[in-house]
Amino acid sequence: MATIELRQVEKKFGELHAVKPLDLTIQDGEFVVLLGPSGCGKTTTLRMISGLEAVSGGTIWLNGRNVTWLHPSERDIAFVFQFYALYPHLTARKNIAFPLQAQGESRETVEKRVDEVAKLLRIEHLLNARPNQLSGGDQQRVALARALVRRPEAFLMDEPLGALDADFREAMRSEIKRLHVLQHATTVYVTHDQIEAMAMGDRIVVMSEAEIQQIGTPVEVYYDPANLFVARFIGSPGMNLINGKYSDGVVQMAGLDNRYTVPQEWQSGLKNNLDSETEMVIGFRPESAQINDRGNLIGKVYASEMQGSSAVLHLTINENDIIHIRTDRLIPYPIDALVHFDIDPRMVRFFNSKTGAAIKPEVTQ
Amino acid sequence: MSHVELQQISKQFPGVTALDNISFDVKDGEFFVLLGPTGAGKTTTLRILAGLEHQDSGSVLFDGEVMDHLAPADRDVALVFQQYSLYPTMSVYDNLAFPLRSPLRRTSEGEIRIKVEETAQKLRISHLLKRKTAHLSGGEMQRVSIGRAIVRSPRVFLMDEPLSNLDAKLREALRVELQHLQKTQGSTTLFVTHDQIEALTMADRIAVLNEGRIIQVGTPEDIYDLPASTFVAQLVGSPRINLYKSQWEENTVTICESDVQLPSPLESKLPAEFLVGIRPENVKPDPNGSFTGQLILTEPLGVETILHIQSGQRTLLSLVPGITSFRLGDVVKFNVATEHIHYFGLNGDRLQP
Repeated sequence: MATIELRQVEKKFGELHAVKPLDLTIQDGEFVVLLGPSGCGKTTTLRMISGLEAVSGGTIWLNGRNVTWLHPSERDIAFVFQFYALYPHLTARKNIAFPLQAQGESRETVEKRVDEVAKLLRIEHLLNARPNQLSGGDQQRVALARALVRRPEAFLMDEPLGALDADFREAMRSEIKRLHVLQHATTVYVTHDQIEAMAMGDRIVVMSEAEIQQIGTPVEVYYDPANLFVARFIGSPGMNLINGKYSDGVVQMAGLDNRYTVPQEWQSGLKNNLDSETEMVIGFRPESAQINDRGNLIGKVYASEMQGSSAVLHLTINENDIIHIRTDRLIPYPIDALVHFDIDPRMVRFFNSKTGAAIKPEVTQ
Repeated sequence: MSHVELQQISKQFPGVTALDNISFDVKDGEFFVLLGPTGAGKTTTLRILAGLEHQDSGSVLFDGEVMDHLAPADRDVALVFQQYSLYPTMSVYDNLAFPLRSPLRRTSEGEIRIKVEETAQKLRISHLLKRKTAHLSGGEMQRVSIGRAIVRSPRVFLMDEPLSNLDAKLREALRVELQHLQKTQGSTTLFVTHDQIEALTMADRIAVLNEGRIIQVGTPEDIYDLPASTFVAQLVGSPRINLYKSQWEENTVTICESDVQLPSPLESKLPAEFLVGIRPENVKPDPNGSFTGQLILTEPLGVETILHIQSGQRTLLSLVPGITSFRLGDVVKFNVATEHIHYFGLNGDRLQP
């Protein structure tokens, strides 16, 4: 097991920062997800941890040992890419045994370890089959078993589920997390899929434009995003964000005549943060708004979506902004109907529109 | 706009039956989605409608008029593909104007300008009109592709996975915009996708296809609430439906190798062995619940949380709102909303209790 520490690690390609200096400590047994859109620096960060990419600055520590300049093979870290590439002419058992044999383990050890990992993944009955005799999902399980069998200090996974169908992805997502719960191997997992990050991570490192935007548990990044980027990126749909002007405890939103009275506990925080500015952004999650005929806020129906177990009503509230309200079942409003709603006062958030940073409520004790 | 009918369409490719006697009709102004996995025959159906592929038997009718011998250009359909097929050296304006400048149409430049500007506004690309399409982002390019389809008023829109190449956020946004556009224009639209959430959210009606056959046609609610087979039940809904072999005895349904026993539906005509399907939102943790399981995994998604509850040898997925206070290893009591249980024969077909 391992702790991984990154101190001021950065990567430059010429003048361009692929990763700006960042600090990150991953605890022993933790499952940390690096999340962000393509080009945000998440994969480069992972490759620097693995040693496949040299750092341009900073140091990387594995269990307190400086491994910054060690060869990847000397780091005892397993790197898992998208799961495929089984050897087609070998049985599942031989595919799984391969990395151990390559390390020169004894035959008894290999047998024992393969049986253990097969049991864990519930593929004991498939060990004598060749890859082309297996379903897609079972092939992925064999590939995962091959990665797990080495028992490295830490796992680095780069979008391992990226190539799978939605169906398998969901199943494999929970299987990988279940394995982690059982084994507690330190894992760093890269994805651009916020659902995967939320579902799997103990903590999520949200990255954008070569920088860390926020490090937090799924609950923290979801309910208390550090800035507008995180608010938008996490959630499906993301947080509703509306431009407004603040004065004397009231936000005047752009567009339709919507005035929102700010809960008391936020007022002094807003006043201090905004100083003499009035421009700001008000945010709330789609499930934090309730449709209510007497609601104080109003929007115009743009579209409604049935999503299976729930539904989403999309409302325009000015020329540019569409907001989303989640409901249990589809309410068949006609397009352009006016709908009143309220925001749950415990779930409203505010952001500085210049910096994008979240505004903190005044701490009361 | 048009009423579209497919009558008993079959199509063979060497060694495979691509379509096996497909019939359905799309009403005037309807948003109709063909949903199915790769190889189901969705794209072949669309290509036959467009005239890009010719069926071995059966007919395509628009407003009662047989289209079978008409070339694609004479069918007056507009196509949008997954890959944007824009002219990279032309501006967005010229790309949008292109279909109107066809010599057959003889539209004046003044009229073209009005139509292009209207279309650009609907798709929020007015600010891009002077740009070359090579300099656009993926989302902008797909907006222009859609714009090029809607700039004239064809009889039918045919869309083949137009959102698949976009990232999740853009896909979500365009999904909503496309639906709004279709509803406000009232255009007859056939939309092909393998993505169940696109089908549920956009469609007036969905046809589920598999291996060249239609499995079920219905509204999103029909498909979700009354799946015709285990194939449909598993294809639609996320997280996936709980589906387990079950037995029936003395008015009680028992999910095999689990502790879950449900009251048998009245007037039951269930066979000895069958499959029970329970959507995760209908597995409800409840301190007074009738069943007991152990929590072996949680997946917090923000708006809701997926609980994996082990009962006997089986793991049931439960979908609960918000963040859960349960911890791994906890014993969880739960109920099952019996009115929402699905029964299927071992062959996968829905049983009507």
